[in-house]
Amino acid sequence: MSRGAAERVVPTPLVASSHQRRLVSGDRIFGVFAYAAALLILVIAAVFIVALVIPALPAITKFGLGFFVSRTWDAVRNEFGALVPIYGTLVTSAIALLIAFPIGLGAALFLAEDARLRWLRGPLSFLIELLAGIPSVVVGLWAFFILTPLMRDKVDPFLQHSFGFLPLFKGTPTGYGFLTAGLVLAIMVLPIMIALSRDVIRAVPRDLREASLALGATNAETIWSVVLPYARIGITGAVLLSLGRALGETIAVTMVIGNTMQISASLFASGYTLPSVIANEFTEATGNVYLGSLFYLGVVLVLVTIVVNVLARLLIWRFSGAVRAAA
Amino acid sequence: MSLPFVRLMVDRVVGALVVLCVMVAAVPVLVLFLFVIIKGLPGILTPGFFTQPPHPQGVPGGGVLNAIIGTLEIVGIASLLAVPVGALIGIFLSEYGRNQVGDTVRFISDVLTGLPSIAFGIFGYTVVVLTTHHFSALSASIALAVLMLPVILRATETALLLVPNALREAGLALGAPRWRVTLEIVVPAALGGIVTGALLAIARAAGETAPLLFTAFGNDIVQTNPMQPMGALALTVFRNALLPYPNLQEQAWAAALLLVILVAATNILARVYVRRLQR
Repeated sequence: MSRGAAERVVPTPLVASSHQRRLVSGDRIFGVFAYAAALLILVIAAVFIVALVIPALPAITKFGLGFFVSRTWDAVRNEFGALVPIYGTLVTSAIALLIAFPIGLGAALFLAEDARLRWLRGPLSFLIELLAGIPSVVVGLWAFFILTPLMRDKVDPFLQHSFGFLPLFKGTPTGYGFLTAGLVLAIMVLPIMIALSRDVIRAVPRDLREASLALGATNAETIWSVVLPYARIGITGAVLLSLGRALGETIAVTMVIGNTMQISASLFASGYTLPSVIANEFTEATGNVYLGSLFYLGVVLVLVTIVVNVLARLLIWRFSGAVRAAA
Repeated sequence: MSLPFVRLMVDRVVGALVVLCVMVAAVPVLVLFLFVIIKGLPGILTPGFFTQPPHPQGVPGGGVLNAIIGTLEIVGIASLLAVPVGALIGIFLSEYGRNQVGDTVRFISDVLTGLPSIAFGIFGYTVVVLTTHHFSALSASIALAVLMLPVILRATETALLLVPNALREAGLALGAPRWRVTLEIVVPAALGGIVTGALLAIARAAGETAPLLFTAFGNDIVQTNPMQPMGALALTVFRNALLPYPNLQEQAWAAALLLVILVAATNILARVYVRRLQR
């Protein structure tokens, strides 16, 4: 066919050209709205950073990086350091993960793998989801009135009696302190730990399990040498997301940690965490440096949780990527 | 084939441990619910709990009317701010977001999801309280709106992506412009997912305490002006628990029960709505 013939069969437009122009401009307006909304979240993120860092500047310029190694928290002399709350945050989060990791992994294995007691799976999953939805102040209230007396009268004396030779369990148990706060955090991160590891374990290809069982391995051996190694990256991601939650949990911890600016080797001792210092002292802080120090704590907290969360998501993406590649 | 005794035993022990783990994980939930119901019921059944503001410390009686109104108003305003914007960002991500901008928005939204809730309180404090020079319900609403945004936009995106492309193509083939296809075909088809996301975000916001501490601040008087400090159920639970008056502690338990009922009802509503749409 010649080029001339092709040029002659230009179709007549189905709609009038003015109508068509209106269509195009409507699309453009809608697109602008959608882009504007998307940009809004970028603006919010930028404002978030500015809102956190600018008020912290008086403290950042005054204390610099020395803030992280100073144990002083003295409103009278206007000297502040973050070491005590950082220590408290790390200790309580570590206790939480030490408890929640094995229990959460075991529960996830049951919910994802186990062929026994199938009827229990639905109700148990529902219960654990419920726990994730309970407001943290309600968990805090329960811990404050029910758990702390239990710890003071039963659990702490028992630990002291059995392991009292360790510095970890010295001192008078009051029920408030690192151990109770860690336990409360463990309860609060369990739903995340269980739900994420359950999904990760479920994503392990069936063929691998069946191959292992066909070779004569028991269920336990299959879990230990096939399922867990395959799911390792994803489970690490689940642990990190739990850690991110534990580091930032505020209210429930504030109600049971005892709120004392001290570093102690004993887990029965009262302490402080980054979020609970902010929650307790924010409204009474006077002066730029005091308030700025609380903002500085906030900056530290936000930076650490961002790093932990981004790392966790990268690991989980890598895991689901590996699963998709294998499928 | 009989396995060697040790291997069989290890298998049994691991099986038992796994069951033990799931029981240990479930027990705290049951205990918690039991206590909240038992300890909360007497307070909730006290006359005046729903209709009176709190009495001064040490004076028996009084209710949490200030907190009920506060929670509803603070969360209501937050939803009015967050739901339309979140839904619009979700639409952007699903319909226009297969690019660098979309990936950036997704990344930021994920980062916001992981932030500690107290950080949102600091945000509300600096942005609103510092500029208006006093605590207000509005600052709390803005803090909660930012907290809700990621949940809503991700739910919207997921729901919209589930709408089959054939529907979009059918609309476009009939000559409808893209914005009408999106708003009149795609969004209605995905409405269930969007509403569920919004309800879950509302349930989460209603239970938050940390973002309210230095934004809404709390108020024992019934207050409806969003520019003034306002009470909230979560604040009542937190503050009353730490006071040495038995009747106020009872009120804390009752407020906790009410909060749990509110959050659970919103969650159940979301599920029921999804079920009904699926039929």
